[in-house]
Amino acid sequence: MEHATTSDHTEDVYEPSLTPDSLGKLGMWIFLVGDTMSFGALLAAYAAIRAGAGVIGWVPPSEILGINLTAFMTFLLICSSVTMVKALESIQNGNVSRMCMFLGLTIGGGVIFLGLQAYEWYHLITHGLTLTGIPDHGLSGAAISGSTLFGPTFYTITGFHGMHVTGGVIYLLVIFINGLRGRYTAEFNHEVEIVGLYWHFVDLIWIMVFTFIYLL
Amino acid sequence: MAENGHQEHPKYFKIFWWLLALTIIEVAVAIPEYSVVLKAILLIGLACSKAALVAIYFMHLKFEKRTLTVIVLTPFIICVFLVIMLMPDLTTDDRHEGIEKPVEVADTSVH
Repeated sequence: MEHATTSDHTEDVYEPSLTPDSLGKLGMWIFLVGDTMSFGALLAAYAAIRAGAGVIGWVPPSEILGINLTAFMTFLLICSSVTMVKALESIQNGNVSRMCMFLGLTIGGGVIFLGLQAYEWYHLITHGLTLTGIPDHGLSGAAISGSTLFGPTFYTITGFHGMHVTGGVIYLLVIFINGLRGRYTAEFNHEVEIVGLYWHFVDLIWIMVFTFIYLL
Repeated sequence: MAENGHQEHPKYFKIFWWLLALTIIEVAVAIPEYSVVLKAILLIGLACSKAALVAIYFMHLKFEKRTLTVIVLTPFIICVFLVIMLMPDLTTDDRHEGIEKPVEVADTSVH
């Protein structure tokens, strides 16, 4: 009895929730904040290594990495972010089949992204960019000796991001199958929103990785 | 759903065109050879504005409580500090040279 009265009485005294829709959404945001720190630490370490190596002691990334392919990969992730918000919009309007179609497109974008990254890695490894070495065609001695960290930083950061995309594709598949089974409605769809948060975060991180690793 | 304004969806395709345009500008800025510092400032500015567009519109930060935005911004600020705190280590080479020269001079004076 006391329980019921207190909850009735203090309802307007409670601190309002950060994300009123669901606790799951707040949980995902907290996870993403922590994950930002992991990526942030990796990129900060990369920035420090690059600044320490100077201009001469580091191979310009454009001489080893292909910008055209990765620009297309960026485009692909942006497209899959749009299909993701469209999926959420569809289910909020109660259109389940449209949501499934857009979720399918999002998964497709993620899978193609992973395929292209695997192709890129294969290409780079066969051309000599490994954890311990870099392709040495036409590079000065200072650039080669100063760039021993080129491979490790590249594979760590893009690999860490690729793992997130892989996890995101699996996560999206689970939500997609749930959607096909009719789990989500116009009233119950916060799980779609939460997977969307994760997917947009992966896109956001790729925007940063693309700029720092490939363009700078 | 309706009470927190989720029904008013932003124009997602407008955001998409912005992101696409900013990506093209980024690649165009990155390719020519010029001042590294200017290039870094331009590229980081463009990347941050793209990331902000994704967070504000796609992740609906605009429609959440302001406190959540503050929480989400915290790790970014910490990362900037992380780079600044690593700066002293980056100049180790210069300090090493600076220390070694007086030692050599002292050595010769003894002999």
